[in-house]
Amino acid sequence: MTAFFVLIRRDLALSARQAADALVAVMFAVLVVVLFPFGIGPEADILSRISAGVVWVAALLAAMLSLDRLFQADHDDGSLEQLALGPLPLWALALAKATAHWLVTGLPLIVASPILAIMLQMPTAGLATLVLAMALGTPCFSLLGAIGAALVLGARRGGVLVAFLILPLAIPVLIFGAAATEAALTAQEAAPHLMLLGACLLASLALAPAAAAAGLRQALG
Amino acid sequence: MNRLLEAEGLVGGRSGHTLFGPLDLALAAGGALRVTGGNGSGKSTLLRLLAGLLDPMSGVVRANAALRYLGHHDAVKPSFTVAENLIFWRRFNGSGSSASALAAVGLDRLAATPARYLSAGQRRRLALARTLDPAAPIWLLDEPTNGLDAASIAMLEAALARHRGAGGIAVVATHAAILLPEAQTLELGLT
Repeated sequence: MTAFFVLIRRDLALSARQAADALVAVMFAVLVVVLFPFGIGPEADILSRISAGVVWVAALLAAMLSLDRLFQADHDDGSLEQLALGPLPLWALALAKATAHWLVTGLPLIVASPILAIMLQMPTAGLATLVLAMALGTPCFSLLGAIGAALVLGARRGGVLVAFLILPLAIPVLIFGAAATEAALTAQEAAPHLMLLGACLLASLALAPAAAAAGLRQALG
Repeated sequence: MNRLLEAEGLVGGRSGHTLFGPLDLALAAGGALRVTGGNGSGKSTLLRLLAGLLDPMSGVVRANAALRYLGHHDAVKPSFTVAENLIFWRRFNGSGSSASALAAVGLDRLAATPARYLSAGQRRRLALARTLDPAAPIWLLDEPTNGLDAASIAMLEAALARHRGAGGIAVVATHAAILLPEAQTLELGLT
């Protein structure tokens, strides 16, 4: 258990030393959202109508951006095999790395999401649901992403491959996340969508570490 | 005599191609094994098998105590200082203090230096400081002398002697003439 938190703390410390790398995800999401009004015009009605979907797509793409490095750096410098020989089983390693990834990219995205939504004229009625849905959805991105990051270890152009592998798995999260916010905006019940998002989170929490561990075992052999 | 590391009928290879074996090994407290052989004869594969990083093609490996493995890569994070690198691994592995480990490899003066400024030999010494952990009785060293100067090799020999005196064992794969008194020798690639 100690080793689990020691590993998370190390990854956070490494990210803090390369703060520019860590902020890339949030900056990317901000850029995407800022560009939309230029592309489709400044009408508040249209922007407000698409705001939920745009914020979610921006968050998903931003989370994908940094995923291919999740295990790659440790694999390249030999740390991964040292980690594998340590006291943690591989699934716990994957879970610790995914947790650190979420703390570095997911958490800032959650904080930024209401601001991004306001920039797209989202009515304030939807903001609380948006943040809640993001809190349930972004950990799914990090967990599912760990599977892809483990599978592409050693491959060239890993980043593109991760996106191909993981985006289909992330689509349910995108659908329920955007639908929950949409429901709150149209004064409908958001709870069913949030519950489905919670189910996605529980399923990825249970399955993704084991799947990522299988990928890591392949890369170590 | 209590066997710390043993292997029976061990056959090793990469991607379906047999490199060596079957071979039997047994190391009891204080023992050492020197693994020699040409490039590509399977020295690294044998050490990875013993460490448990690879599965053997057939046979079994039993490690009856904690082990440390030194591979070709140094597992050093350039943005951490020398001390931070070592402290992370000691905490992660749950072994004791690292205070004397840096002094033992002559890096204590560089403890606060970011590891990106180290030379290749100094990085190797930092990797050795991580691996030569008294809390683990089994040491598996793959080409430990890569990049080391003569003084560092003497330091490594002294550390190995102390470790074996305290009941530890070591498996060393090397081309270099490193001093390992009364060690078993295994030469791969003679088939």
